Amino acid sequence: MDLDLGEDQQAIRDAVGGFLEKEVTPERVRDAEPGGFDAEVWRGLVDLGVAGMGLAESRGGMDGGLLDLALIAEPIGAHLTPAPFVETATVLRLLERVDAGAALADRFAETLASDASVATLALRPARSGTFRLVPAGAVADLVVGLDGDDLVALDAAPPGVGSVPSNLGAAPVSDRDANAGERTVLESGDAARTAFTAALDDWRVLTAGWLSGLADRALAIGVEYATSREQFGVPIGSFQAVSHRLADVSTEVEGARLLYREAAWSADEGLPRMGVLAGAAYLFASETAQKSAEESLHFHGGYGFTLEYDIQLFFRRAKTVALALDAQTPLLHDLAGRILQGSGRDLIGVGGG
Amino acid sequence: MDFNTGERGELFRREVREFFAEHLTDEVRQRVRETGTVHDWKLHRALGEKGWLAASWPVEYGGQEREASEMAAFYEEAALAGAPFDGLLTTLIIANTIRHVGSDEQKREIIPPILRGEVLVALGYSEPGSGSDVASVRMRAVRDGDEWVIDGEKVFTTLAHESQYVILLTRTDPEVSKHAGLTMFLVPLDLPGIEIRPIHTLGGERTNSTFYAGVRVHDRWRVGEVNGGWDVMGVALTFERTVTGGKETVRLLERFVEWAREATDADGRPRLEEAPVREAIARTAIRNEVSYLLAQRANWVAASGGLPGVEGSQSRLFYTTRFQRTASELMDVIGPEAVLDHNAEGAPASGHIEHAHRHSQVGTIYGGTSEIQRGIIARRGLKLPSAR
Ligand SMILES: Cc1cc2nc3c(=O)[nH]c(=O)nc-3n(C[C@H](O)[C@H](O)[C@H](O)COP(=O)(O)OP(=O)(O)OC[C@H]3O[C@@H](n4cnc5c(N)ncnc54)[C@H](O)[C@@H]3O)c2cc1C
Repeated sequence: MDLDLGEDQQAIRDAVGGFLEKEVTPERVRDAEPGGFDAEVWRGLVDLGVAGMGLAESRGGMDGGLLDLALIAEPIGAHLTPAPFVETATVLRLLERVDAGAALADRFAETLASDASVATLALRPARSGTFRLVPAGAVADLVVGLDGDDLVALDAAPPGVGSVPSNLGAAPVSDRDANAGERTVLESGDAARTAFTAALDDWRVLTAGWLSGLADRALAIGVEYATSREQFGVPIGSFQAVSHRLADVSTEVEGARLLYREAAWSADEGLPRMGVLAGAAYLFASETAQKSAEESLHFHGGYGFTLEYDIQLFFRRAKTVALALDAQTPLLHDLAGRILQGSGRDLIGVGGG
Repeated sequence: MDFNTGERGELFRREVREFFAEHLTDEVRQRVRETGTVHDWKLHRALGEKGWLAASWPVEYGGQEREASEMAAFYEEAALAGAPFDGLLTTLIIANTIRHVGSDEQKREIIPPILRGEVLVALGYSEPGSGSDVASVRMRAVRDGDEWVIDGEKVFTTLAHESQYVILLTRTDPEVSKHAGLTMFLVPLDLPGIEIRPIHTLGGERTNSTFYAGVRVHDRWRVGEVNGGWDVMGVALTFERTVTGGKETVRLLERFVEWAREATDADGRPRLEEAPVREAIARTAIRNEVSYLLAQRANWVAASGGLPGVEGSQSRLFYTTRFQRTASELMDVIGPEAVLDHNAEGAPASGHIEHAHRHSQVGTIYGGTSEIQRGIIARRGLKLPSAR
């Protein structure tokens, strides 16, 4: 057991953290609304080398594992960064994994460097030829998704942020035509479903990292407010009704962080538990991010309800990202199904497997 | 980063699992359930013979110097097996405390029989008027030559009826501030003037009220300095917080899944196919994994030489509150039969879940209530201003 980050992991996180702290201010996040995309910020992440980190070194990437990527998703989420890091990273890992993805990966590596292009995974299979509400769908040059029996990649001009349907979290979602542009079939049949499931698991883990970052920052904002705001002659954070609820949130934030990291680590180790942990990590991070933002907003009193304070930005995105994949019930059923496929004590909650 | 518990931990885990499979019989479980005494001398001595009571101890004490991963595996397996180890927990807290702050004579006299599994020590901190505010205890100890005379009452002195010793937090100077006038004594329970009366609890565990009238103890039984009892308490609490098991919720989920595979609804369909049953399985599994990780984190901090104050509180807070919620929710999903206890024919999971529902209530109370844990997290972890 070693819960410290590796030296390289820490160094990249510091570099990304410095960039985000300087560039991705709450004003910048507001300015990107309602489209939810800031091309300059994305360019910055490309230049830092993190956007293509999951690509093989031969393609100019860093051969980053899922843990390396998830550790970056966390500060990106903490800043509510309006740039499709999770989406692009998910697709690049998929392209690196499937044989038919090699040529696309080569091409994408080039356009990523030249034009800061964007890739995304359609999280739900196409219905009647349309991928509905694709994350970063408004700006993605490459969309990968499951269409019937095929896992397809569509190289097509994105509709742009003007196409974004007005939504709670100002997410740059858009519907995408499953037959538009240049269509490559990456896998078919069972292989397609297996590859799609693996990509969804990656997305779950990266998104859990992103949401853990959101949860952590929302808590920090709440703690800071509770420390400085005074009522009845004392800081409101000295009231147990306030401090104890924040203590609960901080416990859950720690849990969410440990869980996404364990899930990412288990993916890199090739452990069969990865699927179960990915499902658990996404659900728990979703719940925690929402609770953190809600509690923090509440302890701002009336000011938390105003648009002027930043906490509303967190509140709106927490719910939006928690619902990006599916309704909660099917997510729970998916997880239960995976748990019940295993047997005995090698499931969950027990060390060592 | 590495979430592996390590080769040595896994090897030891297997050994411990086999040990409990052999020594923890249904008779033992049955007797524990009937008496509420969460200790078994035969099992305890067998642990002593294995050297496992001293598993983490230095070789000079006859210990095995096992690493943190092995100790974590030991406690996990003990809990998974449902081993009755309350006596082991309280006794090792005090053995460790004596090792750090006890006199040489106390170490010689007490530690070897403890590690052989022949002696138990009960914790006498709480009093009727002093629980969370334990530094407010009123039990008096008055010096009389080489002896001290102890008068007062302790409550929740768990396992006093099986123990050879009790550690008592007493007031030796009522004139100074509450933390400055305390002294700790290790008191043989066969001294004249001591009375033990049972208290029966919701979870079935037995604990005790203990009464002390003019009990004379020699000064050699004093642990730490006169009026230095709060420092000793600090040491003891550190060991209390670092021994965590917390696998009862995993057993709970296992038993629930077993039940759901066998039980059928009115139309003969397996209950495992019901949506709420499956959702409960998923929810419980998530909580179990988070509980596991928070405990591992606290262990890791301790193993890296730190004191897991905030981490320990977070682990405990999460685990105990989720244990309660889970047991209650699983009963809701099962339905009317869930209230049948282990004495009833056909009780779901042989009454395990019904028992967990009762037993889990104590987790947020003893060893520092959840409000005390939240206070630690808020003040030390989040640096929020103090409540007073
Ligand atoms: C089964 C069992 C076994 C036990 N075993 C032992 C043992 O072996 N040895 C021993 O010494 N003790 C033992 N205890 C006692 C246990 O440690 C105490 O019950 C515990 O410390 C709480 O004290 P109390 O019961 O007096 O409750 P109180 O301290 O009176 O608390 C009552 C309520 O008030 C809340 N509260 C108290 N102070 C605060 C505060 N500052 N802020 C917010 N809320 C607060 C508490 O959280 C709680 O909800 C045992 C208890 C039980 C039930």
